Amino acid sequence: MPELQPRHLQRRYDVVVVGGGPAGLAAALGAREQGAEGVLIVDRESEPGGILQQCIHHGFGLHHFKEELTGPAYAERYLGQVLEHDVDILTDAYVLDVDPSRRVGLLSSRHGRTEVDAGAVVLAMGARERTRQAIRIPGTRPAGIMTAGFAQKLVNMAGYLPGRRVAILGSGDIGLIMARRLVLEGAEVVGVFELMPHANGLTRNVVQCLHDFGIPLHLSTTVVHIHGDERIEKVTVAPVDESFTPRMDQAWDVDCDTLLVSIGLIPDNELARTLGVRLDPVTTGPVVTSSMETSRDGVFACGNTVHIHDLVDWVSQESQLAGGAAGGYATGRHRRADNVRLLPGSNVRSCIPHTITTEREHTIFLRVTKSLAPCTLRLGEVYERPLRYVVPGEMVTLKVRPRFLQGFHGGNLRVDVVAREEAAA
Amino acid sequence: MSETSHYLCIGCPLGCRLEVDTQGDEILEVRGNACKRGDTFARQEHVDPRRFVTTTVAIEGAPWPRLPVATAGSVPKHVMREVCEALHGLRLEAPVELGQVVLPDALGTGIDVVATRSMERR
Amino acid sequence: MRFDVVIVGAGIVGCAIARELTRYRLDVALIERECEVGLGTSKANSGIIHGGHRAADGTAKGATEYRGNLLWDELAHDLPFGFQRIGDLTVAFDDDDERHLSELLDQGRRRGVTGLELWDSERLRREEPNLSHDIRSALHAPTSGVVNPYEACFALAESAVRNGLTLLLEHTVVGIERGESGFTVRTDRGSLEARFVINAAGVHGDAVARLVGAEEAGLRFRKGEEYLLDKRLVGFVTRVVFPCPSPTSKGILVIPTYDGTLMVGPTATPSDADDVTTTAQGAQAVFEGARRLVPGISEEDCIAEFAGVRAVAADEDFAIHSTAVPGFVNVIGIQSPGLTAAPAIALDVVELLRSEGLSLELDDAFIPGIDAPILFAQLEPEEQARVVRGDPRFGRIACRCEIVTEGEVLHAIERGARTMDGIKFRTRAGMGRCQGGFCAWRCMRLLADTLDIDISEVTKRGGRSWIATPRLEVEHA
Ligand SMILES: Cc1cc2nc3c(=O)[nH]c(=O)nc-3n(C[C@H](O)[C@H](O)[C@H](O)COP(=O)(O)OP(=O)(O)OC[C@H]3O[C@@H](n4cnc5c(N)ncnc54)[C@H](O)[C@@H]3O)c2cc1C
Ligand code: SF4
Repeated sequence: MPELQPRHLQRRYDVVVVGGGPAGLAAALGAREQGAEGVLIVDRESEPGGILQQCIHHGFGLHHFKEELTGPAYAERYLGQVLEHDVDILTDAYVLDVDPSRRVGLLSSRHGRTEVDAGAVVLAMGARERTRQAIRIPGTRPAGIMTAGFAQKLVNMAGYLPGRRVAILGSGDIGLIMARRLVLEGAEVVGVFELMPHANGLTRNVVQCLHDFGIPLHLSTTVVHIHGDERIEKVTVAPVDESFTPRMDQAWDVDCDTLLVSIGLIPDNELARTLGVRLDPVTTGPVVTSSMETSRDGVFACGNTVHIHDLVDWVSQESQLAGGAAGGYATGRHRRADNVRLLPGSNVRSCIPHTITTEREHTIFLRVTKSLAPCTLRLGEVYERPLRYVVPGEMVTLKVRPRFLQGFHGGNLRVDVVAREEAAA
Repeated sequence: MSETSHYLCIGCPLGCRLEVDTQGDEILEVRGNACKRGDTFARQEHVDPRRFVTTTVAIEGAPWPRLPVATAGSVPKHVMREVCEALHGLRLEAPVELGQVVLPDALGTGIDVVATRSMERR
Repeated sequence: MRFDVVIVGAGIVGCAIARELTRYRLDVALIERECEVGLGTSKANSGIIHGGHRAADGTAKGATEYRGNLLWDELAHDLPFGFQRIGDLTVAFDDDDERHLSELLDQGRRRGVTGLELWDSERLRREEPNLSHDIRSALHAPTSGVVNPYEACFALAESAVRNGLTLLLEHTVVGIERGESGFTVRTDRGSLEARFVINAAGVHGDAVARLVGAEEAGLRFRKGEEYLLDKRLVGFVTRVVFPCPSPTSKGILVIPTYDGTLMVGPTATPSDADDVTTTAQGAQAVFEGARRLVPGISEEDCIAEFAGVRAVAADEDFAIHSTAVPGFVNVIGIQSPGLTAAPAIALDVVELLRSEGLSLELDDAFIPGIDAPILFAQLEPEEQARVVRGDPRFGRIACRCEIVTEGEVLHAIERGARTMDGIKFRTRAGMGRCQGGFCAWRCMRLLADTLDIDISEVTKRGGRSWIATPRLEVEHA
């Protein structure tokens, strides 16, 4: 890999991208392609790639590279493209703050505490994992309780095991994938415990990470107590009823020296908060326009810091758009305002972006609250499309073409996903 | 006498429960699939289940002590663990390039194991 | 080696006594079974320096509470730890409560507690708009404060060590024999000779007294669960809020910690000495109790929880006295307000030793202060730039939720942090929203590199609290 660290920082960049994961890399590329001259990526790790570096399994790039890659391979290929476009990448550095005039406060061991001015800023800080605290499990607080992502870093990069006998709480994809990794590295996985009546991760992962290795998946079951003084020694688990109340009369104990928690991700929005951008209470990420611009002029956002994606290819696509718009903004080609506000309606939890226009083509991303199959996706009164299924774990993507919205002249547009009885026959 | 085997389709999130009826080596019927992909998957999974293997290999002189690797193609499901064990004996030296073969023809499957990232010398 | 005084237990009480004794020309040892000081009850409490009016007259608690309170100013002047007098409010919902307030006011005035004042509902609404509107009036005590108790323990111990204390961590006292000329104190890792032994072993106070056949305090244990809330609620309430105690319970408080985040608790349930579990019932009681005072508080905001155990003597009072074994002093049963009282207890223990024949000669070399740690996030940008120029380790972030640099973590290790909890309680790394998700690996690596140990030897808080274990084939090799 080439030497990345820029020897000198410029005082001003057209676009500063915060975060060098897949979103940040794509945003930088997009910015360069749209004419931005100086583009700087800042990342707190010692190499770009973000979370991809520890996701050593397959499942990346089928859309973007037309090939199934592992996380690190996707990152490396993408980084190659970015470097061809002459982008400065500052690693081991942290963005402390961004002020409304887009002066970016940086901390870097190489360049110290400095500031650079940005024509536009792209927020691409990714997400963090929800922790045990998010669900408050009673009991002791011993060592050995960690998020699945932390265990992933330990195993795949640092070369350690989180423990020898592992229980997993939550059936998110990272947890499922870690179950397989741990078994292949010689640990024992005693079970995956999921509060919901269905697995959270992809079926493919349930089959290939659990079934293949005979790891039990306990649905509608949760951890109700943690035991052990210094290191965790066992957990008490119990089935839950429809209102998610544990049935303590049916509880049982599971011996383990480790509990991995895989209960989902939430956007890392600390910087967005300090900048005062408007946040969506459901996604907890910024509210964005069709150009991925936030409520602050010249501040754009993309990737998991806006909403949690399940495919990196969509992150790259969304982020390239955000970066392109930021590049346009910085070079004086600001896009016209949107004229359509998308309102999540029936069975729609969130809808990104929050606004679009009737003039261009857009990809919109929906999350549903409950599974439906078959069903119909409706945009107000003007457009509908049949879908074979929707599930909460999989984002729905829809290309909205201007002709879909013919006869609609702006304003609020409700997005609904409703059951389609007739098609079942 | 025909026998029935059960599979969970991984073709899409509907996760159809597939049933494969067989008599000896012959597949009589695939049931439970809501679409064609399920049928294809069930036949493949019944006759010759295959998987990609992704794991890590020890590497020296690199920024991290483990290098991520993967089989370049799918291998029979039952050799997954053995492939990992064979890899755990390896010790590589940085630098390594993306795609570099770290174990040719793993366990005689005809499939190479390759590095899935580059690691420079530290 | 023969010590003048050996102290068993490095909680706030043991640390305060140790530092007080290092003012004199004495050889003093402090023995602690945990790998760091202050990890017992002294870490897991409400962190309140009580105003001075609450503990009953005629008790050891009453005699040390206000004196202790006043001594915290000097400690905070000499030593770097978080302490601020934010004041407290005892609130009344009905006539009984209001009678209780006037009794508290009288008791406080008799004791000379300054600034006590009754506030009517109008004043209360102006000062603390988020309190329940069912509250009729409140007693305001401006003397009350909050402290980061673990920081106080670290600072007291560091100062004492700097002034010559022998601090033995990860040593458990397993036997004490009284001989002709003094004591032999046996630990799991060797013995010490001592003229005087002070028992400050917290919840294990009776067990330590039993080792030498001294009087026990009849200790029982009462667990207290506490719940920390998200930063979102910083400033929602600015003073500690107490309900009036009912016959069955002392009540749940709402506590703005020194760092500004809110904490709610504690419960008070009979427990074992080492039971620091949190429970679903505890959480429910705490949040119900807290909402009665501040309706805007919700379980959803909880980011961390913990429990501490109070060591309660049979007569509910502190047991600070010499025993039937000459030279063996009990300082046990130090339940609430023990944190508050600790500096006064330390002075009383020094006087007790003097009366028992220990000659006390002031040491001119005593230095009251220690260096304040750099708190990078709180510096102005120009200051930050200067610090990083001087030491590039401050240019690397270790914990992003609390903005803690690697330089701060390394300093903490240089000053005695040996574990992840040691780093966390000294620097705040890992205390924020992500609860270590980002910084744990960095802190583990820094500990391993600095202490020259393997990653698998890094622990959360000593003993068997390892975090990662070697890959299996490494063991076979
Ligand atoms: C939930 C809760 C809330 C509280 N809130 C407040 C408050 O707001 N304000 C206030 O003033 N007080 C409060 N208190 C009381 C206060 O925390 C205690 O009074 C104080 O911490 C007691 O200090 P200690 O040094 O006696 O005990 P500890 O801190 O427990 O210290 C004893 C030490 O002895 C060590 N030890 C034990 N046995 C041995 C052995 N054999 N060999 C070597 N070492 C040994 C232990 O490891 C421990 O470190 C609260 C208590 C609780 C539980
Ligand atoms: S059979 Fe078709 S519909 Fe059913 S899970 Fe497989 S791919 Fe999906």
